[in-house]
Amino acid sequence: MDPIHQFEIKNLFTIGTFGGHEIAFTNSAAYMFVAVILTAALMLGGTAARRLVPSRVQSLAELSYEFIADMLRSTAGEHGMKFFPLVFTIFMFVFVTNMLGVIPYTFTVASHIIITVALALLVFLTVIVYGFYKNGLKFFKLFVPSGIPMAILPLVVGIEIISFLSRPVSHSVRLFANMLAGHITLKVFASFVTMLGALGIAGVVGAALPLALTVAITALEMLVAALQAYVFAILTCIYLNDAIHPGH
Amino acid sequence: MAEQHGGGTSAHTSADGGKPPFPPFESHTFASQLVWLVISFVILYLIVARMALPRVGGIIAARQKAIADDLAAAQKLRDQSDAEMKAYETELAEARAKAQAISAETREKLNAQAESERRTLEDRLATKLAEAEKAIAATRDTAMGNVRGIATDSAAAIVQQLTGVQPDAGAVQSAVDRSLRG
Repeated sequence: MDPIHQFEIKNLFTIGTFGGHEIAFTNSAAYMFVAVILTAALMLGGTAARRLVPSRVQSLAELSYEFIADMLRSTAGEHGMKFFPLVFTIFMFVFVTNMLGVIPYTFTVASHIIITVALALLVFLTVIVYGFYKNGLKFFKLFVPSGIPMAILPLVVGIEIISFLSRPVSHSVRLFANMLAGHITLKVFASFVTMLGALGIAGVVGAALPLALTVAITALEMLVAALQAYVFAILTCIYLNDAIHPGH
Repeated sequence: MAEQHGGGTSAHTSADGGKPPFPPFESHTFASQLVWLVISFVILYLIVARMALPRVGGIIAARQKAIADDLAAAQKLRDQSDAEMKAYETELAEARAKAQAISAETREKLNAQAESERRTLEDRLATKLAEAEKAIAATRDTAMGNVRGIATDSAAAIVQQLTGVQPDAGAVQSAVDRSLRG
């Protein structure tokens, strides 16, 4: 009945300790590997025949390829295509783990902030490292929009720097909070069904409403799971575009 | 280290009695999650970058190439058929012009032949006509000559019978001539 219980990390077996931290293979890790296997099955198994006229699975693999490729090309340009594997991996990882999380009794990997922070920092550091590698000191032009009067320029630059530094926060919290809140809501409504069902015949009739709501929210959660993966990926594209083209 | 962790676990268990801990903020799980995130993400990245994307990209490129090749081949065949159509039309026009020339020539030849035949026929007919006319005129002249002789004889005989006098042959003849002319 505890809506928080579903987010608990369970150690399946312990590998050892490293620097004072216990390293264990957890339920979270198991779902990460399931996502890796499912993605590999879709992208490699589905395309093994290399058909000219694609089968259903191959057409799904091509669809995801072209979806991410178009997203990246339209936001970061042709030059951004060197980050295609990174964006594709991020999208598929978040998308598949989110979709797995909608299935009852499963665990949602992105409902833990450490995961979304790690992914957001990966993007943030990639932007900074590639931005300085590619543009050198011209990367600082990112904070100096052109066509701003000198009088308010320091203010604008300050705002730009703060907004740049807060990117990993908003990037990670958005995904984490959406997954967490959605699953808590789902669990609360689902527990109403069992609570009312325990009250006898009137309760069983009354439980129909939260049951219907649970079904509806499950559908909504599927949409949110897909949408948040898309949002995470497109923000990644937009941030990478800043590293490639820092001038506004 | 292990004791430290053990302490953490016991704190977690004791907290269960009062306020339950919030799993996403339990920092002792962070290390495990990060390790497996890195491992699984790197594996997925390698699969995607080394195998999946080149393969899918290759499939899509091969399809586009196949479509472009087919379109080019179709265009080539169409150009070829267009050229052949044009050649056929030119040949047809040439043949038609030739046929017209031949028919015009034949018609002219036949016309000329018919004209010459008609002319010879007309000439022959004209000669025959002239001959016939001549023959008719001759016959008429002789017939007329005979008629004069008979008339003269009859007139002489009639005059002799009426008058009993042998009329002068010259006078009878001139009288007959006058009457014939008149």
